[in-house]
Amino acid sequence: MNSIAAEPAVTARRLPGDLAIWFFILAEMLAFAVFFAAYAFARASHVEEFNQYQQTLDLNAGALNTVLLITGSWFVALAVQAAHRDEQADISRNLLLGWLCGAGFLVVKCFEYAGKFGAGITLSTNTFYMFYISLTFFHFMHVILGMVILTVLWKQSRKGVYGRYDANGLESGAAYWHMVDLLWIVLFPLVYVMR
Amino acid sequence: MVFLKNPINRAWLVLMIATAITWYLGEVGAAGTGAIVGMLLIAFVKGRLVILDFMELRQAPRMWRLLLEGWMLLVGSLILLAYWLSLR
Repeated sequence: MNSIAAEPAVTARRLPGDLAIWFFILAEMLAFAVFFAAYAFARASHVEEFNQYQQTLDLNAGALNTVLLITGSWFVALAVQAAHRDEQADISRNLLLGWLCGAGFLVVKCFEYAGKFGAGITLSTNTFYMFYISLTFFHFMHVILGMVILTVLWKQSRKGVYGRYDANGLESGAAYWHMVDLLWIVLFPLVYVMR
Repeated sequence: MVFLKNPINRAWLVLMIATAITWYLGEVGAAGTGAIVGMLLIAFVKGRLVILDFMELRQAPRMWRLLLEGWMLLVGSLILLAYWLSLR
């Protein structure tokens, strides 16, 4: 008990961004958790089907998209660091690079969808494709929303809104973008690789 | 190396290596209990790096850090349970 009182007062713990965005992130993550579990349990009763059709997915495209989202997330984290250092030009530049990674993700995904839809695959083809299309498309929409947010942040950063004393909006948007990355980190092995 | 002094850069590097490992496991068609546990562990390590370094929750109030890390554990456990059921 004494040791608690004797502990030095370390730097105050701080939640980046607005509290509200973290509640929103949590809600989104719970929705995806249900979706991921639904995929895994549906697979348990269709193992052969899932294993067979999983092999029709483009592993390279999935891995490339993982690289793009992680790198995009990294750029946005660098933008937040730049804001804490008050380096205005660095904030905008890193946000733009993060946005471009997101755009790259969408392009790769569109090629993937074009291949699948071109082959006549739809939501009703089978259980595996139902999950593949709905899960990845649900995530796809989150990437689009993340890019809308990054666009707003980039515009604001060009006006010099963010800096050492106020990076709240930037941190909130960044947290959402990292969540999009975090979700894909689970989605990629689950849908493309695990068998 | 100056690059590695920034924890965010270190996190990015580890995330890239981890992604390459998952890609490789898919490429060689790794399957079964060992592969599934390995991939889930890799995903957990990756998720934690995003949570702690990118989201900056390492210095955040503990509740938030635990909520997000707990989410990773919950999702990983549910997937593991479902795959275990499928292997029986």
